Amino acid sequence: MSAAPATRITYREACRQAIRAAILADPRVFLMGEDVGRYGGCYAVSKGLLEELGEARIRDTPLSESAFVGAGIGAAIAGMRPIVEVMTCNFSLLALDQIMNNAATIPHMSGGQFAVPLVLRMATGAGRQLAAQHSHSLEGWFAHIPGLRILAPATIEDARHMLAAALADPNPVLIFEHIMLYNMEGELDPAVQGVDIAKARIRRPGRDVTLVTYGGSLFKTLAAAETLAGEGIEAEVIDLRVLRPLDTAAIMASVTRTRRVVIVDEGWRSGSLSAEVAMRIVEEAFFELDAPIRRVCSREVPIPYAAHLEQAALPQPETIAAAARGLVRPAP
Amino acid sequence: MSTKVHLDRAHGLLLLREMLRIRRFEGKCAELYQAQKIRGFLHLYDGQEAVSVGVMQALGPEDATVGTYREHGQAIARGVPMDLLMAEMFGKVEGCCRGRGGSMHIFDRGRRFLGGNAIVGAGMPLALGVALADRMQGRKAVTACFFGEGAADEGEFHESMNLAALWRLPVLFVCENNLYSMGTPVGIAEAETAIWHKAAGYRMGGEAVDGMDPVAVEVAARRAVERMREEGTPYLLECRTYRFRAHSMFDAQLYRAKEEIEAWRAKDPIMRLRDWLERAGHLHPGDMDRLEAEVEAEVAAAVAFAEAGTLEPVEDLERFVTMDEVPR
Repeated sequence: MSAAPATRITYREACRQAIRAAILADPRVFLMGEDVGRYGGCYAVSKGLLEELGEARIRDTPLSESAFVGAGIGAAIAGMRPIVEVMTCNFSLLALDQIMNNAATIPHMSGGQFAVPLVLRMATGAGRQLAAQHSHSLEGWFAHIPGLRILAPATIEDARHMLAAALADPNPVLIFEHIMLYNMEGELDPAVQGVDIAKARIRRPGRDVTLVTYGGSLFKTLAAAETLAGEGIEAEVIDLRVLRPLDTAAIMASVTRTRRVVIVDEGWRSGSLSAEVAMRIVEEAFFELDAPIRRVCSREVPIPYAAHLEQAALPQPETIAAAARGLVRPAP
Repeated sequence: MSTKVHLDRAHGLLLLREMLRIRRFEGKCAELYQAQKIRGFLHLYDGQEAVSVGVMQALGPEDATVGTYREHGQAIARGVPMDLLMAEMFGKVEGCCRGRGGSMHIFDRGRRFLGGNAIVGAGMPLALGVALADRMQGRKAVTACFFGEGAADEGEFHESMNLAALWRLPVLFVCENNLYSMGTPVGIAEAETAIWHKAAGYRMGGEAVDGMDPVAVEVAARRAVERMREEGTPYLLECRTYRFRAHSMFDAQLYRAKEEIEAWRAKDPIMRLRDWLERAGHLHPGDMDRLEAEVEAEVAAAVAFAEAGTLEPVEDLERFVTMDEVPR
């Protein structure tokens, strides 16, 4: 069997291919959001799709997050499979009521009469000096809400294939794409035709410490693991991929092997996803631990504009490595 | 459907009967609330019956309805069976939403009744989506979207009006202007109290009608829906109405005078239609007694159905938080 060669593409292109393929495959699928058509998407993800697929399937919306997210919910209820792009998760707050009070409640509140097969995509995270109002990481907030599935594709493969799985899910799925990943290049294996949206993945195996992370922090964490390997510390890196429902089995299995955990999350620490992961470990694998759980999160400040301050506020390979080192080789 | 309303005996009695069904159903609900059979919030529609009953005459089974949290009347007028409604109020598994929604969240898939929404204005974007989906799938359906005048305070009202007009979505926006958002008079909350005037800002057609007159509402709704089916354009129908009772069961009504309530009660849509039908010779002696008896029997049967209902097993609590498949 001759395998097709892997192609080298960007994360952005993987997202674009996913949207295009989904729209071509199913007449019920369409994309709507701010600047997705004529502008080509704020992060150029949907560039060229309006010209190819037309105005009915690629819909520019007014700056009315609540109305077009709610319209996505209504369209999903009435038989369509909308992909709604909220330009960035910072603007999702303007549609939070629709997401939380309608998308997440209607199936249960209606006694199972209606499903909401909606996909919401949004950019998340910091790193481009966009300052406080454009640098939030809100995926952890949304992971609080029953009824939603929360995805954080970190790899080219997940960016290319998670969307189809999300569209096949009868429930509202929110996909968070980290802004620092769009330009990332990587190989896409044409033999892979799809991915699951249920499981975490081990991105680097190791025996000494587990580093749990997702999204934009994955590559910082892998860089930290590389540094640690140079020091003789073998870190296992788990990419959560799915933030709700959490694949706790994968976390526990790793923790049981390494007995030490660092959780890396670009969200703030207080009341966070990292807190949830830590508590699940405490609940389910407390006696497997040889050391306290550590977290590397964003500093608890609105993300500042100045580059040095912004970088100081975010998790970095050095801070991740230091946290892991401190667990494996505590200072005497 | 024709825009002409032939107010003959049969149609007059139908309107009267539908309003009476809502009034008596809710009268019983209030009683059962006092008896603690129904709990939570209970927002009664008493006084506003002409709005739902009038609008629903213009809709066919293919059309959709998005309701408010004061939606018992909207649901009954749409044809949601009273026994399923009452069982829902009782929190029984036989209720239309298995007792998960209650008074404010009535859903009926078969009748395209899409809730029951307790966030003011939040149903409006949903209505856009339903109308968009209908159009994209080649259905000629329209969506009637009910909301109170308080929704016009919300950004979602303006976002939705704009998007509906922009995308020419067949949504009939039905504003039930009962003059108060809870206890705040419309003049305290809205710079322009004629809600229908706001349609012009979106190049949308609109009008105000006497919401205490089911015939006036029906005529206006039929005209709007007919145009909508041809042109696909949305329309804002403001129905000027009044709720006779308190906002909810917890409301002492400190914000309005008894005289005001009495003045509006004199415009009671049921009494008015009854008197008109009588004068026109359409209402025969004994008709009213017969209607009342039939409605009373229907309400009694609904209560018996709800009483006899069962409670959903607690083991099923998490069922439908996520769905295994999209219901067809």
